Amino acid sequence: MGSTNSTLIKIPNVDELIQETGFSTAHIIRLHDRFKELDKERRGYLCPQDFGAIKGLAINPIGDRIIGAFFSPGRETVDFYTFVKILAHFRPADNSRPKESSSPEPINSRTNKLKFVFQMYDIDKDGKISRIDLLKALRSMLEMQVTEEQLDSIVDRTIQEADLDGDDAISFEEFRKSLEKVNIDHKMSIRFLR
Amino acid sequence: MSRVCVLRCETKSVLFQLPKQERLREKWLQFIFQRIPKGYNPRVVLCARHFTDDCFDNLGAFSAGYVKRLSLREGAIPTLFGPFSSTESQPWATLRIERGAKEKKHLLYKTNANGIIAKEPTSLEEELKEIRQNGCNRKLKGPTTIIGHTPTSSEYEMSDIFYFFRRGIESIVDDEVTKCFTAEELESWNLLTRSNYNFQHISTRLTVLWGLGVVIRYGFLLPLRLKCLLSEKVHLMCYRICVRALTAIIMYHHSENKPKNGGICVANHTSPIDVIILASDGCYAMVGQIHGGLMGIIQRSMVKACPHIWFERSEVKDRHLVAKRLSDHVKDKTKLPILIFPEGTCINNTSVMMFKKGSFEIGSTVYPVAIKYDPRFGEAFWNSSKFGMVNYLLRMMSSWAIVCSVWYLPPMTRQEGEDAVHFANRVKAAIARQGGLVDLLWDGGLKREKVKDTFKEEQQKLYSKILVGVHEDRSRS
Repeated sequence: MGSTNSTLIKIPNVDELIQETGFSTAHIIRLHDRFKELDKERRGYLCPQDFGAIKGLAINPIGDRIIGAFFSPGRETVDFYTFVKILAHFRPADNSRPKESSSPEPINSRTNKLKFVFQMYDIDKDGKISRIDLLKALRSMLEMQVTEEQLDSIVDRTIQEADLDGDDAISFEEFRKSLEKVNIDHKMSIRFLR
Repeated sequence: MSRVCVLRCETKSVLFQLPKQERLREKWLQFIFQRIPKGYNPRVVLCARHFTDDCFDNLGAFSAGYVKRLSLREGAIPTLFGPFSSTESQPWATLRIERGAKEKKHLLYKTNANGIIAKEPTSLEEELKEIRQNGCNRKLKGPTTIIGHTPTSSEYEMSDIFYFFRRGIESIVDDEVTKCFTAEELESWNLLTRSNYNFQHISTRLTVLWGLGVVIRYGFLLPLRLKCLLSEKVHLMCYRICVRALTAIIMYHHSENKPKNGGICVANHTSPIDVIILASDGCYAMVGQIHGGLMGIIQRSMVKACPHIWFERSEVKDRHLVAKRLSDHVKDKTKLPILIFPEGTCINNTSVMMFKKGSFEIGSTVYPVAIKYDPRFGEAFWNSSKFGMVNYLLRMMSSWAIVCSVWYLPPMTRQEGEDAVHFANRVKAAIARQGGLVDLLWDGGLKREKVKDTFKEEQQKLYSKILVGVHEDRSRS
């Protein structure tokens, strides 16, 4: 249709984007529209305040962390390309695509999804979820509703169970192992209606 | 569950049993029966509609979809009566909402229908249960400590964060509030369509028909209508001509409830055409903000015909001034009923946003009116940030027809002890029910402002209840 082609042209690197993320053309256009909606001042990129304006995010206990996930360290802006790449983590896995050993793992593979969630927990980015990381995460999900002791005991227990090599922190492998049986694809995916 | 609200509220809502505590129970009985009866059925239930908003402690979470059950605060007493009669909304209006809505509907506040993404209708509790059930690989460590430990028991798991994470991302991709302010997207094509996003039922025949339609509309109908518009004289007649100019097919229901002099007429707002539609069936005094441009000219000429009340936007800020002018007008019984759109802004006719309480503070009879457009024939919504007035009128006049239904609802007055906000919500709920629109919790002012922290706190409270409640049991044993 006429309108779709003209929108596609406006998006830079769209073929690369489709290739890397696996989104269909229609989805990319929808995301582009959404990007434009969020980018109220039409600068071509988004900054943390634009995300902050989303109501659903504002009432989400880990809203700030989610926003943080979009901005790589040191950067204050996110362009459309990065926006789509990050949202690609939430694409349902497509089992129909043939697995080629030479091509890089798709963004929405189970491992990559897990890595993404790992980053949610590991704020200091040292590659492990330490006590402090876990404490902070729990605190943001629970805030005033529990006491410090309760928080501490929850953290203790969680680390005890997941930590296999005894370094009092959860590495990515330990994290992955503890979530072996969870259906990540179902819980960490967003399905587009059309 | 075959139980119905003891006050015979016909439409479904969340039901609450009598409280166990004696004194509180008496207060409820007093409300229901107007006295303390000697004998009564202890299993009577009351629906949530009889309680004011502040009687619930998780209303925000419930209407946002994070919780399945609405819970009453300790010591809450019902105060609102009703009657809450069943709706007889147009079948096509309800069908449209139902088609898009999920199977498990939230009873009081319906969740949004046509989204871009498929949002799970499950609540926080259910989701966490599901995640943990699948992920539990913990062996039972010994018979003593964990008697009765089931996989669904609530201890913190690393995977809990998935729920919040996913909801957060969902709201980034698509959210309710922004949707209200963009024209409703239709799954199937309406005969107008100016934008062609991936419609599912497009075929070449339809496209040809559409092309032909364009020719006819711009070539014939448009010039014809412009001529009609310019030749108006008398008030009612001129509105009727406008209505015919737009080829509006309006169905009025319950005309016996039409607003009378000295009252305030309240309606949901979708476009400036609402005014024309209502005014062609009765005379009203308008209240509104002065617009510049074409609208301003029209407004000024209307003032000469009838005593209307126009405000500058800065005057609107002075609430006392506004309230005074309105109440003066209302007290004079010979003056026409005032027409007010309390949402404060144009909404795209799928939902009704929070009503501003100003109009409800005045204390006269309120006549609610519900207006619902049929989107198959014309997109009446005016997106004021996208289109100017003239552009909008052009689109309106070159569409096939504007088909809409107007329901006059029975008059409501503010009750003893009810404050303006609750009254406003009551009227809003009545209008939303009648028109088959989604009754939203959100404020129209959210077009411009921020959200409150209380919603976040409610979610945190809920999550902590799940975690900590069982934790305490464990530490005791």
